[in-house]
Amino acid sequence: MVNFFASRKGIIFVGLVIGCLAALLQYLGNPGNMGICVACFERDIAGAVGLHRAGVVQYMRPEIFGFVLGAMVAAFVGRDFRPRAGSAPIVRFILGVFAMIGALVFLGCPWRALLRLAGGDLNSLFGLAGLIVGIWIGTLFFKQGYNLGRSQKTYSAVGLIMPLVMAGFLVLMLLYPQVNGEPKSGVLFYSLKGPGAMHAPLLISLGVGLLVGIIAQRSRFCTMGAFRDLILFKQVHLLSGVLALLAAAFALNVVLGQFNPGFAGQPVAHTQGLWNFMGMVLAGLCFALAGGCPGRQLFMAGEGDGDAAIFVFGMIVGAGFAHNFGLASSPKGVGPHGIAAVFIGLAVCLFIGLTMRKKATA
Amino acid sequence: MSETIDARGLSCPQPVLDTLAQIAAMGSGELKVLVDTEASKENVARAAQSKGWRVESITEDNGEYCLKLTGA
Repeated sequence: MVNFFASRKGIIFVGLVIGCLAALLQYLGNPGNMGICVACFERDIAGAVGLHRAGVVQYMRPEIFGFVLGAMVAAFVGRDFRPRAGSAPIVRFILGVFAMIGALVFLGCPWRALLRLAGGDLNSLFGLAGLIVGIWIGTLFFKQGYNLGRSQKTYSAVGLIMPLVMAGFLVLMLLYPQVNGEPKSGVLFYSLKGPGAMHAPLLISLGVGLLVGIIAQRSRFCTMGAFRDLILFKQVHLLSGVLALLAAAFALNVVLGQFNPGFAGQPVAHTQGLWNFMGMVLAGLCFALAGGCPGRQLFMAGEGDGDAAIFVFGMIVGAGFAHNFGLASSPKGVGPHGIAAVFIGLAVCLFIGLTMRKKATA
Repeated sequence: MSETIDARGLSCPQPVLDTLAQIAAMGSGELKVLVDTEASKENVARAAQSKGWRVESITEDNGEYCLKLTGA
């Protein structure tokens, strides 16, 4: 079966669709320049279930559930569901934790870095530069033989765990829906103000999530892979999708009046260039060492990859640490311990990158 | 000369790295690459073609793929 989405036209199409839908989600209520942000949304989910208690970032983001469930559906339809696990899961978990911490020092995943730029937030240029540098450092490890080892085929149930968790989260959200003016509904926390209080209608968020999950799974859309493949192989296949996302979001932002160029006063962003850069160096390195950007990890988790699922849980737990320990930035700037956390994270990545060098042919 | 790479179970970008390293080492000849995900199959094929190699055949067996690549 020829997979249109795996072609150059296909990946560009997917980037255009994601860019348009993200800009549209902002128009329909999601926070500024945050139509889709995997890191922010997983952080909001961590808040909604009480893993952290930062009152302004608590919401069960249906987009994330849609990503995983859409990818699962696409994988089954495409006969591409491959239950697998066992490639250094604890390392993937820790990489997920520090990926989230780095992303929250910057305030966004690579998708949001693009969306911030598409909305005119020039601080994002520092974040994107950091992302590319972090990925470049990762490619140096790959050239030295860095490798997390082989995964094993396993029971279908293993591959279904993450989609089932996401379905369970969705059921929780339906059982305990947001009550106007209430910070809690059943077991779930909801933000009354801040980014967590800003969201598109549930069914639209879920529908967009499902659609993006389907097309991203088929196309292997990955923002980290885009830069990694360019640096490592001089390939622009994935990059063309990323640039399409940027172009589409920019165009629609202009049309919808959501384009406001500048550094100061950008939504859910700070202006400390160095830490926008360094946060994403850490995040980019973690994504590279773990083999996928946060979005791609969700799609792989949906197609049966238990190791990607572990990375996702690492990110959700990392969000808990980031807010409980004062590591996450705010519009005022970096958190009290954010800088220390970046250096600890980089040290952890160096340890992982330098010590895990099993030969691929072994 | 015919070589085989077993990239099953290896995550991205390892199958492509191994394939390109082998292509560079061989220069020409026949190379078989075993992978077990659709994404790796597409990536390895794309990488080989970018080096001017041909994908002669792709056979599937129980969710695993064997790509036969040739370079002149």
